[in-house]
Amino acid sequence: MFSRTSSSRRTKKVGRRGPVATASLLLVGLLTTGGAYALFSSTASADESSATATSQQSIDEGQKLFASNCATCHGLSAAGTDSGPSLIGVGAASVDFQVGTGRMPMAVNGPQAEQKPTQFSDEQVAAMAAYVASLAPGPAIPDDSLLQADGDTTNGAELFRINCAMCHNVAGAGGALTQGKYAPPLEGVTAHHIYEAMQTGPQNMPVFNDLNLSPQDKADIITYLKYVENTPSPGGFELGSLGPVAEGLFIWIFGLGAIVAITIWLTARSN
Amino acid sequence: MAEHDDEAPTAGSAVEKREPRQVSAGTAVVTSDVFQNPGEPPHRDRVTDIDPKVEKRAERQVSLFFFLSIVGSIAAIGAYVAFPITSGDSGSVRLNNLFLGLGIALGLLSVGIGAVHWSKTLMPAREITEMRHDTRGSEPTREKAVEVFALGNHESGFGRRSLIRNSLIGALVATPLPAVVLFRDLAPAEDPNAVLRHTLWEEGMHLATDPAGARIRASDVTLGSVFHVIPENLNESEHLLEEKAKAAVLLMRLKPEDLHPAEGREDWQYDGIVAYSKICTHVGCPVALYEQQTHHLLCPCHQSTFDVTNNCEVIFGPAKRPLPQLPITVDADGYLVAQSDFHEPVGPSFWEREK
Repeated sequence: MFSRTSSSRRTKKVGRRGPVATASLLLVGLLTTGGAYALFSSTASADESSATATSQQSIDEGQKLFASNCATCHGLSAAGTDSGPSLIGVGAASVDFQVGTGRMPMAVNGPQAEQKPTQFSDEQVAAMAAYVASLAPGPAIPDDSLLQADGDTTNGAELFRINCAMCHNVAGAGGALTQGKYAPPLEGVTAHHIYEAMQTGPQNMPVFNDLNLSPQDKADIITYLKYVENTPSPGGFELGSLGPVAEGLFIWIFGLGAIVAITIWLTARSN
Repeated sequence: MAEHDDEAPTAGSAVEKREPRQVSAGTAVVTSDVFQNPGEPPHRDRVTDIDPKVEKRAERQVSLFFFLSIVGSIAAIGAYVAFPITSGDSGSVRLNNLFLGLGIALGLLSVGIGAVHWSKTLMPAREITEMRHDTRGSEPTREKAVEVFALGNHESGFGRRSLIRNSLIGALVATPLPAVVLFRDLAPAEDPNAVLRHTLWEEGMHLATDPAGARIRASDVTLGSVFHVIPENLNESEHLLEEKAKAAVLLMRLKPEDLHPAEGREDWQYDGIVAYSKICTHVGCPVALYEQQTHHLLCPCHQSTFDVTNNCEVIFGPAKRPLPQLPITVDADGYLVAQSDFHEPVGPSFWEREK
């Protein structure tokens, strides 16, 4: 018995683990896990707090920019006045489109707010968008995956012809509306501004919500527009893609002009 | 050329009179007012007639144009080889057409310009007058013509053999008859009035999106939205395009307080959602340029403008009648359905419309 005990003790002694080993291993394990967890959670909470800090900061920043640049027309609380509509619920997409394309702030009151050089940096636009988005839920800035112009061009073209071409022209060259308003040309407009315009319906453009044109439909339309923009016209000189008016005018002036010039030359006396 | 028995002919005049001018006694016409033919301006030599150096230069210019033509023709062949059309690449079609066209144009135009330049600078320059001759032929010519006809009649027996003549006239009258019958059948077989008066819309027909044909919930149509709508059964229709041309509808949502429905039409809308025919009452273009703030609908063809808030009355342009409204409501599941067909024929006027 004793010998067995001693032998077992000996065995223990010659074993790889000492008596303290298990405990110390446990301790080390606990420490590592706990430490790592503490470290991780502390970094996570640090991340979180910094994120909320930036977004709260940018909302505050946006509110200041709003108060100094937009509140004259849209009201200090963005609830709208006689000279400008309420912005509650228009969402970040609306602000990003209107301010990002320079349409807002408006230079003068007119039939339509025109596109002009942007007056704010990207950060400032984002700040104002964050502020307006914080007032009430509204359309958000679209996800980048929808803006890659890698959708179905054929589907996009059909949807564009049905929903957009009557105002924006089948090649996206734009066109006239009533009383001085117009549908702007779409060439050179960035994918996210096109998406936001469909989503929010700026000014007199109708809204095309996600139940009318799904996000994928919108991505397809952008694909079509980028295809038109990047594919040379097989006809050569496009004359603004305006169709028979521009083409007729060209041939009447230059074609008939050339015929008249040749006729005069044919019948003139040579000196 | 006419012979002139009195009054010496003035050179270059193209309106010589054969008769001496008769002024009847008692008229107040002052004879000195008669237009005097000024005749040709004096002959003027060209530079190429006077200066041999210029003449030599003109000769070189003419031949240069002809050489240019050769260059153009060869360039056209070269362009055809150098810019082949590769299928699927529209850019290659453009390059091919452009350079082929430029080469051929240079080839043809240079020949023409060279020839005209040649005749204008180097060929002899003298003024020629060609007198206008009478419309009536000379007596011998007229007699000759009658003789030819008489001979033809005599030899063919056209006047004598009345059976042949009459059957020929009959045959010629009959040849266009098949065309009359064929073209007559291009008109609709049934009464066109009924065809124009009815569309695919009927009671309970679901409104569907164009082109997918998906049903539309009233809640999908948010404020300021516009939907391009077809009847749900359109895509199964045998005559898809004909039916679509009549049944196409534009669906919009306005604030209910913005709408001023006419008497009897108060329940044709659903909570500010209204549906109007997309076919212009002027000449039938699709009216779909909707402005969501002014609520104007503009026709792109002739700028007819319709006021959606006021039953699509015409407020500008050549259209005479408001766009027909499609009465709509929702079914038990909240999908938009038509209450009935349009209450009047859609699109432009036709003769039997008021019957």
